[in-house]
Amino acid sequence: MKKPLFTQIEGGKGFYSLLVLLGAFILAALGSVYYMEHNGHWVTGMNNQIVWGMPHVFAIFLIVAASGALNVASIGSVFGKKMYKPLAPLSGLLAIALLVGGLMVLVLDLGRPDRLLVAMTHYNFKSIFAWNIILYNGFLAIVAVYLWTMMEKRMNRYTTVAGFAAFFWRLILTTGTGSIFGFLVAREAYNAALLAPMFVIMSFAFGLAFFMLVLFAIYKWSGRPLGDGVVQRLKNLLGVFIGAVLYFVLVYHLTNLYITERHGVEAFILRDGGIYTTLFWVGQIVIGSLLPLVLFYHPTLGKNRNLIGFGALLVILGGLAQLYVLLIGGQAYPLEIFSGYEVLHGFNEGMINSYTPTGWEISLGLGGVAFALALVAVAIKVLRFMPQSLADDAVDVHH
Amino acid sequence: MSENNHAGVTRRDFLELGLKSAAAGVVLAPGVMLYSAAEARPADEPASSKVRWGMLIDTSKCASGCDACVTACEKENGWGGPNSNEKHSNALQKSQWIRKVELRNVDTGATSSLPMMCQHCANPPCVDVCPTGASMKRADGIVLVDRHICIGCRYCMMACPYKARSFVHEELENQSVNAPRGKGCVEACTFCVHKLDRGDGTTACAEACNADGHKAILVGDLKDPNSEIAQTVAKYATTQIRAELGLNTGMRYQGI
Repeated sequence: MKKPLFTQIEGGKGFYSLLVLLGAFILAALGSVYYMEHNGHWVTGMNNQIVWGMPHVFAIFLIVAASGALNVASIGSVFGKKMYKPLAPLSGLLAIALLVGGLMVLVLDLGRPDRLLVAMTHYNFKSIFAWNIILYNGFLAIVAVYLWTMMEKRMNRYTTVAGFAAFFWRLILTTGTGSIFGFLVAREAYNAALLAPMFVIMSFAFGLAFFMLVLFAIYKWSGRPLGDGVVQRLKNLLGVFIGAVLYFVLVYHLTNLYITERHGVEAFILRDGGIYTTLFWVGQIVIGSLLPLVLFYHPTLGKNRNLIGFGALLVILGGLAQLYVLLIGGQAYPLEIFSGYEVLHGFNEGMINSYTPTGWEISLGLGGVAFALALVAVAIKVLRFMPQSLADDAVDVHH
Repeated sequence: MSENNHAGVTRRDFLELGLKSAAAGVVLAPGVMLYSAAEARPADEPASSKVRWGMLIDTSKCASGCDACVTACEKENGWGGPNSNEKHSNALQKSQWIRKVELRNVDTGATSSLPMMCQHCANPPCVDVCPTGASMKRADGIVLVDRHICIGCRYCMMACPYKARSFVHEELENQSVNAPRGKGCVEACTFCVHKLDRGDGTTACAEACNADGHKAILVGDLKDPNSEIAQTVAKYATTQIRAELGLNTGMRYQGI
């Protein structure tokens, strides 16, 4: 097997049109941020009951997907699978881009984004959020070094070490992201150690789905050969990850269904929650999990690359639905403050909290996605990230 | 910046006001003011861990439909009310430092009425989760938000088991000098820390409840064995809301 040749992609009308399109989304997001920050959060759908809204759904999705996007590189460097090695630079790049996009959304939704420096200089080390700030910055630094060892010939001998470091760091990072919710004792939908490993496995699925879509798009639009070998291997892996996420979701709900105290929140999510119930069953389970599994493992449909790409897109939409149900649904269900009492009168006590995202919030979230994609587009145009060919005879699909 | 708007009150005015009210306290209610915690603390002296401020709320004395404590808090700290300075926020977005709740026991049908606010936990989840340390607990047990380093991430609101905190959704004007507030920051009941620090020994809500003759709210130092609150909690069964979380709240309830 000869060594893959990495080159920049060529610019062209299509490339610049894409940048203009992504730029429009980014500008819209920045405009929304200006509007929201200038007026205050009263112009959003958020309130004192649902304090994390649509921007958090996007931000956490992107951050989780970022660590998952690095998996492709890890499989090559850490687990020694040769087929994945030519894909590693894009994997590292996408990981950085998605994380930057996610952090952009997270920071711009703060009540005081102007105090970012405060967040970088004041740390409460008991806060998992503070740890996450360190983990995010560390991830960017480690993956940057990892990319350097891959792309600079003299540094190649350090790639394995850097790959191991990045792999362990990303596991800790996603454990940290899941623990943002896992460590919350106040709310019944959270407060579970299972959330940390569940977020890790969700990251595997969301990140790989994102990686596949970006890879397919780059090779299609740049007219480079991409063999079925690579596509089939990635597809099969994504199928396994979808199954693993389903397993964790099943265990999470079974546990809650067993614990009497949590029957209320389960009934809310699984049966009575309106939009949250619909998003769970239709969005997360059917569209985000079962349908992609059918598309991937069907004897004939599973060979169609467009359908595989469509399946990966469904995994992303399902992932957004999953996070919406967990984040917003988890807050919409009321806190059980007065055990054994019925609340006759109070300030939204014991009532389902309502939240309707505004266009501003959705625009900010989409802007984060666009920013991540724009970063990837520019990077592969100016640096040698992409193998000239990923045709079946150019890659070692059996290792 | 909105949080620095102290409406022209000088330090001298502020201290004088504090001394006067402390003196008034001694004359008006000598029995109450004898307790050591109720002395004005010099501004350069940090809060002491020898004191643990607490409140005992007797739900059997708390009148259904009465919201004198809420109104007094609004007036004292400059939030809410008919002339709320949150002009744009909807009802769910406006701050709510203290709220009245009416409960019915599911088994027995017995009803009770009580005020809910920050429970000033000894182990506050909001302080645990705050990334910058803006959410903090003073040595004397009062849980506060440092508005200078709050970045408005709202993680403390996710973590609070009592829904006690509010996020300011808009620019504010006409703030109370007692409690500077600010757009994009989180806030909650301060245990009328400005009153305690100047030696009032009580809070606006407790004063209002007493003035109405209900006397449902007792404020004092839980660590002082001679204080009325310490003696009452030692004698009668009291509860902490969501006690199973082990947060050791400064707010204690009787009758639920």
